[in-house]
Amino acid sequence: MNPFTYERASDASAAIELAKGNAAARYLGGGTNLVDLMRETVERPDMLVDVTGLPRGIEPRADGGLLIGAAATNTALAADSHVRRHYPLLARAILAGASAQIRNMATVGGNILQRTRCRYFYDNAAACNKRQPGAGCDARDGFNRYHAILGASPACVATHPSDMCVALAALDATVHLDGPTGPRSIALAELHRLPGDRPDIETELKPGELITAVELPPLPFARRSTYRKVRDRASYAFALVSVAAALDIDDGGVVRNVRLALGGVAHKPWRASAAEAALKGRPANAESFRAAAEAELAAATGLRDNAFKIELAKRTIVAVLGELTGDDA
Amino acid sequence: MNFTINGQSVEVEADIRSSLLDLLRNSLGFTGTKKGCDQGACGACTVLVDGERINSCLALAVQYQGRSITTVEGLGSDGALHPLQQAFVEHDGFQCGYCTPGQLCSAIGMAREIERNVPSVVTADLTAASVTVDETELRERMSGNLCRCGAYNGIIEAISETLAETSASQTPASSHERARA
Amino acid sequence: MSMQSESANTRPGRWQPAVTQDPMLHKHGALGQPVSRIDGPLKVQGKARFAAEFPYDGLCYAALAFSTIARGRITALDTTAAEAAPGVVLVMTHRNAPRMKAPSLMMSSPTAAGASDLPVMQDDEIHWNGQPIAVVLAETQEQADHAASLVRADYAPLPAVTSFDEAKKSPRQLDNLLGQPPVVEIGDAEAALKAAAVQVDQIYRTPRHNHNAIELHAATVAWTGDELRVHDASQLLDLTAGQLADIFGLESDKVRVSSPFVGGGFGGKCLWDHQILACAAARLAGRPVRIMLSREGVFRIVGGRTLTEQRVALGASADGNLDALIHTGIAAMTTHNSCPEQFTFPARHLYAAKSIRLAQEVADMDMLANTFMRAPGESVGTFALECAIDELADKLGLDPIELRRRIEPETDPTSGKPFSSRHLIDAYEKGAERFGWDRRSPTPRQRRDGEWLIGMGCATATYPYHRFPGGAARIRLTAGGQVTVSTAVHDMGMGTATAQAQHIAARLGVPLNQVSFEYGDTTLPRGVIAGGSTQTASIGGAVIAATEVFVEELLKLAGNDSPLAGLSLAEVETRDGGIGHRDDAARFESYESILRRSGRDELVCEADAPPPAEMEAFSMHSYGAQFCEVRVSEITGEVRVSRFLGSFDAGRILNAKTATSQFKGGIIMGIGLALTEETNFDPRSGRIVNASLADYHVPVQMDVPAIEILYTDIPDPQAPMGARGIGEIGITGVGAAVANAVYNATGKRIRDLPITLDKLM
Repeated sequence: MNPFTYERASDASAAIELAKGNAAARYLGGGTNLVDLMRETVERPDMLVDVTGLPRGIEPRADGGLLIGAAATNTALAADSHVRRHYPLLARAILAGASAQIRNMATVGGNILQRTRCRYFYDNAAACNKRQPGAGCDARDGFNRYHAILGASPACVATHPSDMCVALAALDATVHLDGPTGPRSIALAELHRLPGDRPDIETELKPGELITAVELPPLPFARRSTYRKVRDRASYAFALVSVAAALDIDDGGVVRNVRLALGGVAHKPWRASAAEAALKGRPANAESFRAAAEAELAAATGLRDNAFKIELAKRTIVAVLGELTGDDA
Repeated sequence: MNFTINGQSVEVEADIRSSLLDLLRNSLGFTGTKKGCDQGACGACTVLVDGERINSCLALAVQYQGRSITTVEGLGSDGALHPLQQAFVEHDGFQCGYCTPGQLCSAIGMAREIERNVPSVVTADLTAASVTVDETELRERMSGNLCRCGAYNGIIEAISETLAETSASQTPASSHERARA
Repeated sequence: MSMQSESANTRPGRWQPAVTQDPMLHKHGALGQPVSRIDGPLKVQGKARFAAEFPYDGLCYAALAFSTIARGRITALDTTAAEAAPGVVLVMTHRNAPRMKAPSLMMSSPTAAGASDLPVMQDDEIHWNGQPIAVVLAETQEQADHAASLVRADYAPLPAVTSFDEAKKSPRQLDNLLGQPPVVEIGDAEAALKAAAVQVDQIYRTPRHNHNAIELHAATVAWTGDELRVHDASQLLDLTAGQLADIFGLESDKVRVSSPFVGGGFGGKCLWDHQILACAAARLAGRPVRIMLSREGVFRIVGGRTLTEQRVALGASADGNLDALIHTGIAAMTTHNSCPEQFTFPARHLYAAKSIRLAQEVADMDMLANTFMRAPGESVGTFALECAIDELADKLGLDPIELRRRIEPETDPTSGKPFSSRHLIDAYEKGAERFGWDRRSPTPRQRRDGEWLIGMGCATATYPYHRFPGGAARIRLTAGGQVTVSTAVHDMGMGTATAQAQHIAARLGVPLNQVSFEYGDTTLPRGVIAGGSTQTASIGGAVIAATEVFVEELLKLAGNDSPLAGLSLAEVETRDGGIGHRDDAARFESYESILRRSGRDELVCEADAPPPAEMEAFSMHSYGAQFCEVRVSEITGEVRVSRFLGSFDAGRILNAKTATSQFKGGIIMGIGLALTEETNFDPRSGRIVNASLADYHVPVQMDVPAIEILYTDIPDPQAPMGARGIGEIGITGVGAAVANAVYNATGKRIRDLPITLDKLM
C-alpha cells in the first residue's frame, strides 16, 4: 500500500474542499473495496478523505419515495422498515451481497462506486485496459466466467459487481452528487458507463465529485418485487447472473408495468429496458416472460467461459417474473 | 491513535496504512484476532466495533479512532469462558482453532442483528416483526466466516444452543459490554 | 533415564507387528470417549499462539516480490526504490542472498523435506510464474509490503510448457508411484473389456486445487550465532529442522523448530520457500524476522493438488462381476517435485476383477511444484472410479450397493495379501439403512420439489493405513503419579493432543487428568510427520515401545519386595495406576508405590517404534460409504447438497467427538471438490488467476448441511490401538457420491469437476 494522508470530513463541502484539485485523492467510505485495491496497489491515492461522517439518514419523502444518505451502511438500508415494506427487491439485493460483516462496513455511496472484481484487473502482472489504458485485456481470452455478456467492448469485458445497484437501476434511483462545480443529480442507470475504449473511466462522476445521497422515487408496485442471485456457491460469492424485478399485473392478468434489471452481465447494472417494453401489455405468463428475456438478451455475446450466462439470464428472468406472478405479496 | 479495546482505553502510534487487524495483532499484541486473507473474503479477522461485527482487515485503523472494539480476548469475564466459547468447546465448533475467534465475534454480532430484526437473504417475510431463527438463517448469517477444517455443523450447534439459552432480553454480549450496559 | 534403541522386538510380551497384537487392542477406558479438545479453551480465547504470533525484540517483517513469467532469466532487478523506502532494513535477492544448499525432495532421505529441489533464490533463473525474486525486511508489515511493491524486474523469457494439453503430448512414465509400481497388470484387461457383456469406458477430469487453510503460511525466525530458532506452522517438524540444517550447513541440533498450533494444514503446511527465505534474510540482516504470506502469496509459492485426466473402463458380466478393471491416466507435475497424485491407488485394492490394468503417467509443466493435498490420489481417484462403478450399476440395472457386494474381494486383488480388517459392505449397509437409501429411485429425475430435482448417490471411500518408522516417544512418570508423554508430532486440529492423552491414559491405566501429551517441538523425541493419515498409528507404535521399556524399568525398580517380584513383561499389564499380574488381581503395585520404594522422583523412558512389518504382511486400508442427497435447480443448474452421511470403517475410533469432526471436515472439503473448487491456471502465462479466497470457492456455512457420521469402530488387529488414520478418508468418495446423486436427480453424468451450474443447465 502506498503512503497517503488521511482526513476526516464533517460534511460534504468540507470533503470536496479537501479533495479539490487532487486527482490522487479518494473518498473513503467503508473501505471494503478501496482498501483492498490499495493493498494490491491497483489504487494508489495520496490522500483519503473519510466521508463516513456524512449524512446517513434514510428518510421517507412526502411523495412516498425515499432519500438515503450516502454514508448509510448497506445493513442499515437493508434493515430499514420502509425499504423492506416498499422496496423489498432492494433489501434482498443488498442482503444477497458479500457477508454481514462487509455489509455492516460498506456504505451506499461506496457500494455504487465499487470496482470490478475481474482478477486480471487485480493482478498487476496481467494486461488490463482498465488499470492501465492501452495495456490490453487478458480477460477476453482468459478466465472470463464472471465477465460481461452485454455491452462489452474489445477493450474490456469486466462486470460491475454490485447487487444493490441492480435493484437501484430497476427502481429508477437518482444519485445526488456534490462537487467543486456544485451539486447535481444523475440517474443511477446513467452513472455507470459501458467500457467502450476507455474502461478506465467507469462513471460519469467529474473530478472531485462525491455521492451525497440516493433518492428512490415512489413505486407502489415494487411491493411485489424480488431479487434472485445465481452464483457459484450458496452464499458469499459474486453473481454469475442476478435479476431484480418488480411486477404490476392488472386484474386481467396483463402486465401493466414492470421493472427489470440484471447483474453480473455488464460493465454496469443493466436495466432491461427491451424486456420491459416487450412485457408491457402482454399477459403475465411464461411465454411472454421468455419472449421478453429473449428480447433483452438478443444482443448478448458469450466468451470462452461465460456463454452459458446468456441462457442463464433468460431462465432467471422467466423464473423471477413467474415467482412474482404467483406471489400475492 | 486512541481506541477502547475490550473496555480498556489504549493509545498507540501506528502507520497510517495499518489495518485495524494489523494494529491489533502487531502493535497491540491482541493476536487472538486472525488474518486469513486480508481482503474480506474469510472472516477470520472479525471483531466487534460498538457491538457490530466487521472485517478488521478491511478497516483502516485510523478510521476507527475513538471507537469501542471487542476482540476474542474480551469475550469472557474473569478468566471464565463466555457461554458461546464454552459451547464451541462442547460442540467441537473448530478443529485447528484459527477461524474460531472470528466465528465467535461474528456469532455475537449476529445475535445482536437478530435482536434488532435485521433480515438476511433467506428471511422469508421481510416485514415480520422479528426474525424466526432456524438453522438456515444461522447458516446464511454465518457464511461470512470460512472454516476450512469444516467445523460448520458444530459451529451452528454451539450458536443454536447459546441463542436458545439466552433469554430474549439478554444479548450474549461480551462481559465488558454487559458491565457497561 | 533408560534409553531403548535396540530393536529387540522378539522378547516375550513385546508387540511384534504383524505377529502379535497391541495388548490394549481390547482395552477401552478413556479410549473412544467424546472428550472435548484439551486445547479448546485456549483456542476459543484466542490464546493459542500461532507461528506469526511470537514476539521478539528487534523483530522485522518480511514481504516477497514474485516473478511474473513462467520460465526464463531475470535480466534486471531494480531494488533501489525498495531500498530507499521508509523503514526498509534489507532487500534480499539472488544477488545478495547467502549461499544455501538446495532442499532435497521429500522422501529422498530421512531428513528431506523439500516440496521441490530447486535452489531457493540462488541464481537468476525463473522456474515458475510466481517464484519469489526478492525479500524485503522492514520495521513494519506496511513498510515491507509497500517496498516489495516497488521492486522492478525485467526478464528474458524462455519457452515454457504452461498448457496441460501441450504437456500431455510428451508423457513421462515414473519409476515408481510413491514406492509402488506405476503399472499393475493382471491378465489382458483391454481384451477382457472388449469381450465383456457390459462396458463402461469414460474419461474423468479433476482440476487443480489449493489447500487454503485459513491460517496464512507464516514463520517467526531468529538466529543466535549459529543456532536457528523457527516458530513455524508445520506438519513436518523434524524434517523441517533437518532440512534447514542441511540448507544452512548447520549441525541438526542447532535448529529448533516448534509448531504447537497450526491453523490448518491438509498437506500444505510443509517446507516451502518462505521459511528458507525468512531464515536467510534474518541471517543477512542479523535480526529476527516474521514472515506471513499474503493469500496471493500462498497461491504463488505453496503448491496445491495437481490436475488429472483419468480413464476408467469396466467390463462386467450381466450378473455384475468384473471381467476387466482399467484405471489409467495422466497428471500434471514438474520435474522438480515428488508428488505424482497417485489416483490409481484405490483400484489396487477395492474390487475383485478377473483382469486389471492400472497405469499412470505425468505431464511435466513449468509451474509451481504441485504437492500432497488431503488424500492425494485417493480423493480424485475415487471420483473417477466410483463414478464409473455407478455408471456400471446403472447399465446393469443393479443397485450400486448390490454391485459392490458382488465385486467385494476376498483378498487384496493386486497384491494378494490378506486384508487386516475390511468391513466395507457393513459400512454400506449401516449407512444405507440410516440414510434411507431404499427411498432412492434407480431411475433418474423421479423426485422433485418445485424447480428442484432431488437425487441420491453413494460412493466408496478409502484411504490406506500407513505407519511411519522413525518416531520415538518418551514417557515421564513423576512420584506424584503424573504421566507426560512426549514426541515431536503435530496437532493441526485433528485432535492429536486429546486423542493421545486418552490413549496414554488407557494404555497406562491412569486417569485422563494425570496425563499430559507434549508435542509440536523438535526438542522433544523425534516425531513422525502429520501426513497420509499416519500420525496416530505412528505415535501408537512409539508409545507401545516406550511403554514396554517403562514397564520393564518399573519391574526392575519394584525388585524382590514387590508383589510383582519375578514377573516379566509378558506376565503383567498396566492397570489402575500401576502394574499387575494379568491373571492375578492380588499381584499389583501402583506406579507411585514403586517409585517411592525405590527412592525415585521420576522415571523417564524413551523408545523407537518398531518397523511397520504389518504393512508388509497385510493389505491395510480404511473404508467408508458416502451417501449424498442433492437438490438441483432445473432452471439454473445450481446444486445444493441437502443431506450427507458418511459411514466409515476406520478401525478403532479414539475420540468420538474429534473423529466425527475429522470425518465431517473431510466430507466438507469433498463437497468443495465436487461443486466449487478449482484453481484457475492460465495456460498463456502459467499464472494462477484466482489467487484469492474471494475467487477460489471453498464451501461456506450455507453450502453445508447437517452431516451424519457413522463408524463401525471395529479395531484393526494389526494396528496400534486398532486404529487406522482418519484424516483423509473423509474427502474420498465425496466427489463421486455428489456426482452420482446429481445423475440420479437430473439424468446428467458430469465427469469434469467441479460440477458447476453451467454443466447442468
